[in-house]
Amino acid sequence: MSGFSFDQLKASFGDKRVIGPLSLKVNDGEHVALVGKSGAGKSTLIKLLYERLTRDASLVPQGLGLVNALPVFHNVFMGQLDQHPLWYNTLTLLRPFRKDRAVISDLLNQLGIAEKQWSPTASLSGGQRQRVAIARALYRHAPILLADEPISALDGPMAHLVMNALTERFHTSVIALHDVDMALAYCNRIVGIQDGQVALDQPASKLNASDIMTLY
Amino acid sequence: MFSYPTVRASFLFLAIAVAGLLVADITITTANPWRDLGQFFLGVVTPNFFSTEGLLTALLRTVAFGFVGVTLGSFFGFLLALLYRFMPVRIFCAFIRAIHELFWALIFLQFFGFHPLTGVLAIAIPYAGIFAKVYSEILDESDPEPAQLLPKGTHAIAAFLYARIPDCWVQLRTYTAYRLECGLRSSAILGFVGLPTLGFYLESSFSQGMYSDAGAMLILFYVLIATMPLWVRPKVLPVYILAAPFFLGEGFPIVWGNVERFFTEDIVPAPLRNGEGLAAFSSWLGDVMVSEALPGIWNTVVLTQIALVATGILSLLAFPLISKHFGGPVRRTSGHVFLVIARSTPEYILAYILLQLWGPSMLPAVVALALHNGGIIGHLIGRQTNTIHLRPDAPQGFARYSWELVPRVYRSFLAFLFYRWEIIMRETAILGILGIYTLGFYVDSAIQNIQFDRAMILILITALLNIGVDILGRYIRRKLALQTMPTC
Repeated sequence: MSGFSFDQLKASFGDKRVIGPLSLKVNDGEHVALVGKSGAGKSTLIKLLYERLTRDASLVPQGLGLVNALPVFHNVFMGQLDQHPLWYNTLTLLRPFRKDRAVISDLLNQLGIAEKQWSPTASLSGGQRQRVAIARALYRHAPILLADEPISALDGPMAHLVMNALTERFHTSVIALHDVDMALAYCNRIVGIQDGQVALDQPASKLNASDIMTLY
Repeated sequence: MFSYPTVRASFLFLAIAVAGLLVADITITTANPWRDLGQFFLGVVTPNFFSTEGLLTALLRTVAFGFVGVTLGSFFGFLLALLYRFMPVRIFCAFIRAIHELFWALIFLQFFGFHPLTGVLAIAIPYAGIFAKVYSEILDESDPEPAQLLPKGTHAIAAFLYARIPDCWVQLRTYTAYRLECGLRSSAILGFVGLPTLGFYLESSFSQGMYSDAGAMLILFYVLIATMPLWVRPKVLPVYILAAPFFLGEGFPIVWGNVERFFTEDIVPAPLRNGEGLAAFSSWLGDVMVSEALPGIWNTVVLTQIALVATGILSLLAFPLISKHFGGPVRRTSGHVFLVIARSTPEYILAYILLQLWGPSMLPAVVALALHNGGIIGHLIGRQTNTIHLRPDAPQGFARYSWELVPRVYRSFLAFLFYRWEIIMRETAILGILGIYTLGFYVDSAIQNIQFDRAMILILITALLNIGVDILGRYIRRKLALQTMPTC
């Protein structure tokens, strides 16, 4: 079971309330798209959810949180640091084990960046960096995905490929998206955020793009 | 102009320095100072590299002490950096780095004698304190987000190795390499208290008037420092580190009885040691304060303030020498050579040479401190001006200097200067060993008179004075909103 329910979600920046208080219940198997104007509080809501779900969630934050000096392989491998003993992780830093190399190389291949496995992350383009953060979240393989604009730097076909992979691999997800068509295509529930409150909450099948545009 | 706080602060410090000049002793006492200086320069241009075989040994020992000291310092400094958020650790580090390498050497000499451990610890201890501070600042600047994203349950050490270290690895490495260069300078001057490094041979050739030998040593030292990027390579570094302890020399064995006596008797204040009670102790302490500490503090502060302002003036005069906004390639190359020599020569060696030539007064100390520190700051500021793009029709010559460049770099110039304030004071205190009446003079005399209790009190006072100036310097930098990276 990977559904969750939280009441009294709220956050302030200084004196200014940016989110909530609001309640959010996500059922097992739901793919929720968070939509709304920039500054509406989507990123803050994702962060609040991650603070509460930690162990059960893979996170793709907007800032990506990559270690620029490490190669792509190690950035992805960091998704499973908790799965291995310290000596194993330390050795991997110096010389990765073959079975991990195979798994991660597979994953990068699916995302179209296989040839970048040993490049320092700092040398990648914006779209490639975004895919490294996505590969890390996939490799982490938590039951729930929390992602903040995970396809903002990807072009058409790659964006579809990534959204497909994310919604297929994760049973349950909450994804902040500014692309309304993508939200309708890959998620089964749309939650619209306005001024830190839930302004819209409908199954995707009951909405079309113009319904959502009222939020913007 | 006086509406700028930076300008007001500058003139305040200038006024203090001018007032200091009125009370300071800055006479030249030798009969023929310029002839002596000329003979010295003649010696430098006619170096004699083959006078003694001791020269190469001294060079080897200098490198060995530098490597072992800096390696130990960086190792323990790194461990301390991990605990640096705890106040007692911060205070401990501030204290051990407030005591100059030479003072540490003087302390260890009293109980370890001329054992290699004396030189190694004299470098390793203050360096550990500095490494701890700078490493922790570098680690704090790394991006916290990757660590927050790690799965819960990740071992703290694994998290540190993956999410913190790689991000600041380059900075850690650059700073450590830079401190290694400082370590070689520290190692060289340890010779002045009798350890078998370059300073020892420099002092003995100087005292015998063999300027060509001294010149050869200085030239070898510059070559050693200037070629560091060539011979200090990451691949061979482990070899150096493992080999260095075997090239420290034998020295003399440690007499453990001396060690015990030093801690249980020598450094216990005399009235307490003799059981004369607290009243005798307080009159003893009063005597130390009035006859040694206060004059020492006064002279140290006066000399520091003069040297600080002289450093500032010299830096402002020197930076155009290497700035691409002035002159041609010939002048810039010679400017670079001058600044490299000025900043690679330890101020202690400069002061020693000038003192031999001009006789004991504050003047040689001021000139030495200004040359060395001015060389460092001038180099940093000059490099900074090379990143400035002037409009094509910008004025030339002095107008370019005073209207275009100085206003642009003045804040970072002040930041570097106030950063080095505490370093200048630490050096000023230590120059007393050469015979100028700063705190080091009274420490050295107390040790000569086998009054280690007095020496320890005076070293403690010196450390507190340095910590005080460090805090004041940081307060002023914060007040004027100046930021800087560490320089040694």
